[in-house]
Order: sequence, then C-alpha cells, then structure tokens
Amino acid sequence: MSAPNPAAVPAEPATMPGHRVTLGVDKPMRLDSGAELGPFEVAYQTYGALNADRSNAILICHALTGDHYVLDQHPVTGKSGWWEMLVGPGKPVDTDRYFVICSNVIGGCMGSTGPKEIDPATGKPYGLGFPVITIGDMVRAQKLLVEHLGIDQLFCVIGGSMGGMQVLQWAVAYPESVFAAVPIATAARHSAQNIAFHEVGRQAIMADPDWAGGNYLLEGTRPHRGLAVARMAAHITYLSEPALHRKFGRNLQNRQTVTYGFDADFQVESYLRHQGITFVERFDANSYLYITRAMDYFDLAADYGGGTLSNAFRKDGKGTPVRFCLASFSSDWLFPTSESRAIVHALNAVAANVSFVEIRTDKGHDSFLLDEPEFHQVIRGFLEGCAEHRGLTRTSRP
Amino acid sequence: MSPLDDNQPSARTASGNGIRTDLKLIAEMVEPGSRVLDVGCGDGALLAFLSRQKGVDGRGIELSMDGVHQCVVQGLSVIQGDAETDLKDYPPGAFDYVILSQTLQAMREPRTVLETMTRIGRRAIVSVPNFGYWRIRTQLLLTGRMPVTEKLGYQWWETPNIHFCTIKDFVVLAEEMGIRIERCMIVNRAGRVTGHAHSGLANLLGEQGVFLLRRD
Repeated sequence: MSAPNPAAVPAEPATMPGHRVTLGVDKPMRLDSGAELGPFEVAYQTYGALNADRSNAILICHALTGDHYVLDQHPVTGKSGWWEMLVGPGKPVDTDRYFVICSNVIGGCMGSTGPKEIDPATGKPYGLGFPVITIGDMVRAQKLLVEHLGIDQLFCVIGGSMGGMQVLQWAVAYPESVFAAVPIATAARHSAQNIAFHEVGRQAIMADPDWAGGNYLLEGTRPHRGLAVARMAAHITYLSEPALHRKFGRNLQNRQTVTYGFDADFQVESYLRHQGITFVERFDANSYLYITRAMDYFDLAADYGGGTLSNAFRKDGKGTPVRFCLASFSSDWLFPTSESRAIVHALNAVAANVSFVEIRTDKGHDSFLLDEPEFHQVIRGFLEGCAEHRGLTRTSRP
Repeated sequence: MSPLDDNQPSARTASGNGIRTDLKLIAEMVEPGSRVLDVGCGDGALLAFLSRQKGVDGRGIELSMDGVHQCVVQGLSVIQGDAETDLKDYPPGAFDYVILSQTLQAMREPRTVLETMTRIGRRAIVSVPNFGYWRIRTQLLLTGRMPVTEKLGYQWWETPNIHFCTIKDFVVLAEEMGIRIERCMIVNRAGRVTGHAHSGLANLLGEQGVFLLRRD
C-alpha cells in the first residue's frame, strides 16, 4: 500500500466553512459516563431560513464518519456535500421550505470538540483523556445547540445509520421537542456482529505503532496504516456481495494475469486500499475509536425501556406523540430490515403513528447516501404529509 | 384483491372520482374522527378517502412494497407488513376500527386474524366474497370444476385465496367466536344491498358481505 500524503492533515476548524458555538459554558454537560464536558465547541452548518414561528427546522444527524457538510464542498477532500441527493432546493428535504441544521457530533474531528482538540485543562490535545461519549451525549449536545438557535420543537430529525440512532435517541429522550422522526437503515441497539466489526477496526488502529498509545499528535506520528485498515474492513460492511461482484467481479487491476505476490492484483483490493488511504486524510484515529464505541454502547431498550423497546416509546402511560417514518434497504446486512422491523413492532405496541418502507436495492447499507429514487420519494411524501399536519403551508415559507 | 373482482390495480374506480363499492360501504360504517387501521390497505384509496371525508386518524398495513410506497408517498401512515404476523403487537383497543377488505380468504389462519382484529380494535369491519353466490354455485354444479369466471380470475392451483367461505359460513364462525355482528350489508353484483346476514336468499344473491363486528 502506498503511504498517504503526510502533509495532508485536517484543516484547522477556524478556517473551515460553517458555524461554531461554545456550549456548556455556564454549566458543563453531564455525560452518560458520569464525566462532565464543558465548555465545548459544536461545529454546525445551516441551510435555508427559519420561519417566523420557528416551526420549520429539520435536524440532520450524520453517520459514523460523516460531518456537517451536507451540501458544502468538503473542506478537506473537496468532494461535494454528502447528502446532496436528498437535501437542497426542491429536493425531498427542501431547503426552500425547511431550515436545515446539521452539526458535527461531539467526539468528532471536523470542528466539534473531540479527542484531537486541545483540552483547556492541560493545553494539550485530549487524546485518550477525552471522556467516552455515547449517542445520548451526542444528542444532548445537539439539544443544547437547538436551544441556542431558539428552536423549541424540531419539525423533523432525520439520519441514517449512526444518524438514525441519534434520531431514535431524540425521539425517546425529547419527544416533546420532535414532531417527526426519520430513522433510516438503523437499529435500536448495536448488534454483536456490529460490535465485532468495530472491534476489528479499533484493534487495527491500536496495533499501529504510530498510534503511540493514543498520543500520536504529541509524538508527531499518525496511525495511518491502522486507520486505513479499519476503514477497509468497515467499508466492506457498507456494501453488498452483489454490488461488489457487479462492480469488480474477479477483475484484475491493470494486469493480464495474477502476479503470484501480495500486490493489489484484484480491482477490489485496489479499490479498498484507495478507500483506506483517502479516509485517513480526513479522519482522526482517536475519533474513530470514540465514535465506534458510542455506537457499540447504544441500546435504547436497556437505557429507556427496562429491556423492552416499546417501553422506551412510552411516557406517562401514553405512546410517543412523534410521527415516525422508517426506511431500510433490502441488501443492507449491517443494519438489516429486521432491525427496523423490531422498532416498528415496538412502535405498534404503543399505537404510535408510523410508516415503514423497505427499499429494494442491491447496494447495501450505503444506499441511504446513493441515488435511490424510491427512497427519496418516500421521504418527500412523508415530510409533505407531516408538514400538512404541522400546519406548515407552502405560503408561510420565509 | 377479491377473487370475484377483475384484477383491479387500484381500489379507485375507473372514473377516478370515487372508490370501489365495497370500500364505500365500509366507509359508511366508520364514525368521523375515529382511529382506523386498514389491514391490507393496498394503494391507500380507502385510507385517503377516510382521512379526507371523515377526518379519521388512519394507519395501514400492506404486504406489497408497491402499495406501501404509493401510500407513504401521499403522506399516509402505512407500514410494510403481514396481517398474520404484524398485528399482534398492537395494544387492545388501540383503534376504533380495524378494517380488512376482501383479504380474509387469503389468510393462512383467518380465525386468528379475526380474533386479533377484534382485540386491537373496538370494532372490526370485514368484507368477504361470498362463495355461496349463485353464479359460483351454478358453475360448480354445471361444469363440475372449480369456478373461474370473469370476476374470479384464478385457477385453483394459482389462487392466493385459500380459505373461501359463504356468508352463512362467516356468520357461523362469528357466532362461535363470540363476535357480535352489529351491522351487515350483503350486496349484489350491482352493489345494491340485497338482504340480511341470516337470510338464505342473501347467501344466494349476495356477491359479497360487509360486516361490522364487535366482541361481546
């Protein structure tokens, strides 16, 4: 594998597009671990305009290695926004109609406080001194941001994968602050298999000598090899066997025969190596440890339902008032349809208002980021129906 | 879909300005502003009609992805699911009405489905095709073969309808299960009401029955 460009380090937050706010100033934020965090920074981006009664805000929650650049060109990779397929003027999440917010999760590495930022107490990067955070903590920080923006109730919270976990967390922890929730390709708890994949990734990072016990920023090294392997392993789980086969088959990479060596003979190897190498230029290894851990710890039924998921959607003897739309993808084996269906059954048990669609596609878990017209029509239809119920008329747009 | 119907792609009438006769009869039984679950809601024609005309809080379950898609796209709350596995989670009395239109005969366990419906709904509305309808009887009598007519388009080996019954059969089952038939409309081919549930003539002339049910 060729070495990644050592000069490519993530851009400084201060120079990146978007907004930053310091939260937890008066009172540090209490984390699920019992530790306290504050003051801390949250980097976020907004699109569209908030209407007069502040009722048209949609919060987008990003996935494991995502960030708040939903529509912007990425400041490090130069790639276009990660959800341009779904979000924008005239798109299902219509920025002409809705005020769209997306923030980088805490523990992340694109401007929000995380292990690579400076710990004010020591003047050095947090590294492994950063407290372990949970999906609940990420959402707690988002709640403070939404309050900071003067919004009492979000019209909708939407996200896929880890973003979907945050959506569920929002609906359970703050049901009165969410009108509609769209958890996509997600689960109410991380499965043993998914924890296992994350552990492989973490061990790859920690086995890299350049990780230096988590102190690589002080040591002047970067665990690029370990992080790249972690990404390669994870990337396979985002695809599907048919999609990989269609794209690469057993095709050889720029050669007529195999080389009887360990060079990247196959196109699929070359592709994965490329995925690994480009990833390390934009992502922090310790953030990867922290965020995967947060996903592993996620278990709504255990945290809010005494072991029964439907109880998590019940408050004061009543079912959740939040309107749900769940979507899963038929070839997603990382967050299979059965996980979404378990959530639907729990919502049925409290007679909640829920829509659920399984989209037929062979593109695997990543489908929620791709051009899936049927999926996009569902999101558009659901949001329009909710807007009608919420009284968001097209004429009231700012 | 009814075995006695054409293979209608939509529950909307051809003219597009209304809904199928049996759905209209069902809609008549629903009180305005109530909570409704439409089991096997298809493309959402009845749910949309009930939401618009009667202001109901409507939900649906539909097996086919195409149907679910058509429903959710128009803002209806519908889940992809199977009546025989996905109804049991709802709490008792979760809905004022649970509706099953022209689908009971396709269930593996119609009795269990009826039981579940009358548990999770304060009332259930069921429409069933009548296998005692005179045209069906005549065909079986005269040809000695399973009836396949213009409106009953399946051969015996391909039909999804595995549990046909007559109006009389349905009434007997309801009695056995302790389910009260609060209202009943037996309609003929033209959609006109022809008689009562217990009438032998209705069992002969009626093409389908629509029943409003409540567990005693």
